[in-house]
Amino acid sequence: MSVQIEVFLQTLIAGLLLGGLYALIGLGMTIIMGVMKIINLAHGELMMVAMYIAYWVFVLFHIDPYLSVFISMPLLFFLGVGLQKFLINPVLKVESILPENQVILTVGIGMVLSNLATIFFTSDYRSTPVDYATKAWYLTDYWKAAPFELSLSFSWTVSFIIAVIITILLWFFLAKTDMGKSIRATAQDLDAALLMGVNVKKMRVITFGIGASLVGAAGSLFIPIYYLYPSLGGQFTLIAFVITILGGLGSTVGAIIGGLILGVFESMTATYLGMGWAPVGRFLIFVAALIFLPGGVASLLRRKRFGK
Amino acid sequence: MKRFLPLIILALLAILPLIGLSTYMMHIVILVIMWSVIGMAWNLLGGYCGQVSFGHAAYFGAGAYTAGILYFKLGLSPWWGLPLTIIVVTVVSLFIGFLCLRLRGPFFALATLAMGEVFRVTSENLVDFTGGDLGILIQERTWVEKIWYYYIILFIAAGTFFLIKKVIESKLGYYFVAIREDQDAAESLGINTTLYKTIALCLSGILTGFAGAFYTNYMGYIDPKVVFALHDISIVTIMVVMVGGVATYWGPVIGAIIMVFLAEIIRSIPWLGVAHHTFFGILLIVIIIFLSNGIAGDFPKIKRLFRIRGTS
Repeated sequence: MSVQIEVFLQTLIAGLLLGGLYALIGLGMTIIMGVMKIINLAHGELMMVAMYIAYWVFVLFHIDPYLSVFISMPLLFFLGVGLQKFLINPVLKVESILPENQVILTVGIGMVLSNLATIFFTSDYRSTPVDYATKAWYLTDYWKAAPFELSLSFSWTVSFIIAVIITILLWFFLAKTDMGKSIRATAQDLDAALLMGVNVKKMRVITFGIGASLVGAAGSLFIPIYYLYPSLGGQFTLIAFVITILGGLGSTVGAIIGGLILGVFESMTATYLGMGWAPVGRFLIFVAALIFLPGGVASLLRRKRFGK
Repeated sequence: MKRFLPLIILALLAILPLIGLSTYMMHIVILVIMWSVIGMAWNLLGGYCGQVSFGHAAYFGAGAYTAGILYFKLGLSPWWGLPLTIIVVTVVSLFIGFLCLRLRGPFFALATLAMGEVFRVTSENLVDFTGGDLGILIQERTWVEKIWYYYIILFIAAGTFFLIKKVIESKLGYYFVAIREDQDAAESLGINTTLYKTIALCLSGILTGFAGAFYTNYMGYIDPKVVFALHDISIVTIMVVMVGGVATYWGPVIGAIIMVFLAEIIRSIPWLGVAHHTFFGILLIVIIIFLSNGIAGDFPKIKRLFRIRGTS
């Protein structure tokens, strides 16, 4: 019995740690979706780019992957700004039969990014051999009489903590600074924000940059615990999308909760059904959210607030 | 003249093998026609009904695996997959439609993308039923000559073309366009939007399923990574229509010709072969920015462009 509890708790911990990182990926997509009402299907590919940046910085300059957050975030910010300014903005002006053109455009961007990575870096699997990769804390080291054994991986925990710090900083930025308030105003009502003197065009560009830099941070945090190959982007784009649906479209709190739910659910399916089924679990929860909770977690929060 | 254009082209295509094309050229032409079928099917749902699907690989794969499993499990000829795919893909379409059609616009697009991936992962994991990653190999080929495959896919393509033309010119087609232009307005006029979107989805799925079942027979080998591929099936399907022309009869055909030839040319140049996704992506970006309705849709624009160049 205690073995089963141990496996369950261990899975729960792993899921929560994974969920924190997922939340960071989801946040980037949610912010872009909230402000621009488009879905960035190149999101996972942007993360792949950030992971390559972190990898090469580690290999060439021996900079720790966690420190490379400070390199990949600004770089990805400028990449996002460039994409928005030179590719997505021109398409927003064009009249066409299908309004989904922007989404298809981001697919094109993603294809180019992942294929260029294949050409330049080959499709080998890579990882950063950091010396703390196998370090972990064990429960029995601190509490001798513990009825079961639990461990906490060092790199997962650090990644999780940095993800939480970035999330808090983002909340601070959105809630307290002028620019953050303008971004939120643009997300709520574009025309009203325009009338209030917000430079909507600039906000769009900056938002895409912020979304890209968030996922860039996630890339830097993922590289010590994950491996890297050029086509990994698609999988993370889907994860980000599932999180945004689960959390409620455009809701930041929802995205955080959605990320945690997805992380826990995924590690549960991996433990109890087998690794190969983890992606199916991801989509099961997605389909369940669509049927039973179309508004996502955000709608639950809203209902509670208005109920009182 | 214009009314008989499809028939003239069909007649020309019917005598095309008689001029003695090489086996390789026949293969290319068969691929072009197969992709036009998939493109036309996507166009019915995406171009006319406005529901952009990123998961047409699900129907393609379902069709391909219907034929494959008939052979693999029951020992029947995989050609039985062609009629049977109607039933299988209808069930698949109703399932996907029930889940995804409650979403609109980009969210529908992403939900279908996710469904395509669900089908791929499921078929990879159901090893007993689908053979998993090993795939299914059709050991005895019906014909060595490509000409019979050519006529079969030409028959399917002609049927698809005239069916879609009939549907679009009927009341049903007007319902589809109304839903694309404004779903709420269509609903307020008394159109049962869910019903008609489901009809469009089923039709589109079945036609794509035909192409899938044909693919199994023609290629003789399928595995989940090939027939449920996100980039090489679902995205290329969209590209065929986007490049050729959204909501036009001939757009998917033009798009299929361009895409298949482009892919073959790029793959035949050794040092460019790995970069074919980059070229596809750049082509997609250029088309969306400059010719957002595709070559057939923006044909007047291209003509104008060349005329100005010519005179000045």
